Amino acid sequence: MSGAVKVIGAFDSPYSHRAEVALRLKGVPYEFIPEDLGNKSDLLLKHNPIHKKVPVLLHGDRAIPESLLIVEYVDEAFHGPPLLPADPFDRATARFWARFVDDKCSKPFWLSLWTEGEVQKGFMKEIKENLALLETQVKGKRFFGGDAIGYLDIAASGFAHWLSVLEEVAGVTLLTDAEYPDLCRWVKEYSSHETVKQCLPEREKLLSHFTARKDLFVSAVKSMAPK
Amino acid sequence: MAGEKKGLVLLDYWVSPFGQRCRIGLAEKGLEYEYSEQELLGDRSELLLRSNPVHKAVPVLLHDGRPVCESLLILHYLDEAFPNSPPLLPADPYARAQARFWAAYSDKVYEVGTRLWKLRGEEQARARDDMVEVLGNLDGELGDKAFFAGEAFGFVDLAVAPFTPWLPSYGRYGGFSVEREWPRLAAWARRCAGRESVAKSLQPPEKVDEYINVLKKHCGIND
Repeated sequence: MSGAVKVIGAFDSPYSHRAEVALRLKGVPYEFIPEDLGNKSDLLLKHNPIHKKVPVLLHGDRAIPESLLIVEYVDEAFHGPPLLPADPFDRATARFWARFVDDKCSKPFWLSLWTEGEVQKGFMKEIKENLALLETQVKGKRFFGGDAIGYLDIAASGFAHWLSVLEEVAGVTLLTDAEYPDLCRWVKEYSSHETVKQCLPEREKLLSHFTARKDLFVSAVKSMAPK
Repeated sequence: MAGEKKGLVLLDYWVSPFGQRCRIGLAEKGLEYEYSEQELLGDRSELLLRSNPVHKAVPVLLHDGRPVCESLLILHYLDEAFPNSPPLLPADPYARAQARFWAAYSDKVYEVGTRLWKLRGEEQARARDDMVEVLGNLDGELGDKAFFAGEAFGFVDLAVAPFTPWLPSYGRYGGFSVEREWPRLAAWARRCAGRESVAKSLQPPEKVDEYINVLKKHCGIND
């Protein structure tokens, strides 16, 4: 089907990046509509009324929310290099680990950054164990997808670029070459890829953006803690 | 793979709504499989631990010995590995995206429902509010249609139907009646229950309620 392609996103969101990198890898031109998440637009609320989050892909009169759904939609709706593997079992495996990133890694990662003491130690242990599990999927390969970037690389991309920035802001070290040689090698491969580089936010800009919000993150996490 | 069992084996648990999604899917596709009941309250079997080392959970589909985990991923796998059987997902990419969205969203029914029977006081009240929101959203998406995608039973109906026998119990813990608050959803649940693949896979609400009591005892909850 035809129709203008747009991404409602935010420069600092790794989820937004997933949508953009999928479109670029597929060779689909699009317009980026930046969203101010502190003051959500009618456009966003209209097209993602349930979750009210970025990214949302607009394709003609279609609206697709949820970054991983967007990646699969881009793979299926447009011609271009495949993002998911061809074999059904490999597809199931890629989807499994993408969900693992979202369901088991994002939260302990975020919480390990902004908590302290024993609580922080607990989250750090959890994220380190889960990163070790994730690493098994890229062992001996250039990318999670093999020789080319694929769905799971896109899903894990937050760890390729955002992780080191957030480690710096929080003063925390999670990913070291010594403990995660394959994952660290993948980080370099992913972030230096020609197509990926076009839609990665500038490191310095991301660093100052998150540094300015550090106190906000710490207090938000405190208010989330069970009473 | 040498020595691996050929064909389809479903590692499952009798009352698991996630396992039931797979049973309905297999029935809709007319696929033969071996059902393998797993121990979840006691020690997990070696086969389950080997097949799903990350989550140690059911359902797991073994196809010629190779494991596929997570109910919605299993359903995708069945469509992709058995393309000559009736498809569970629609063909159009946008319809697929919408089906995936609502099927994944419906996982919240179980998540929130568990908080509803487990927690008390303010936390239970929050769970009740969340459940009202989730069921309201599902009812809104269903609208006046017979099924989520229109006239025919499809992927979203398959994904959500297994939660319906849990709703009477959730209603008791949350102080709401699905029949009264969301009559369209209640009618849809009855419509799905009339479908053979669904009827054969689901447990009656009384058995589900009994099971929740077993889980409560298991968690040390005595009210």
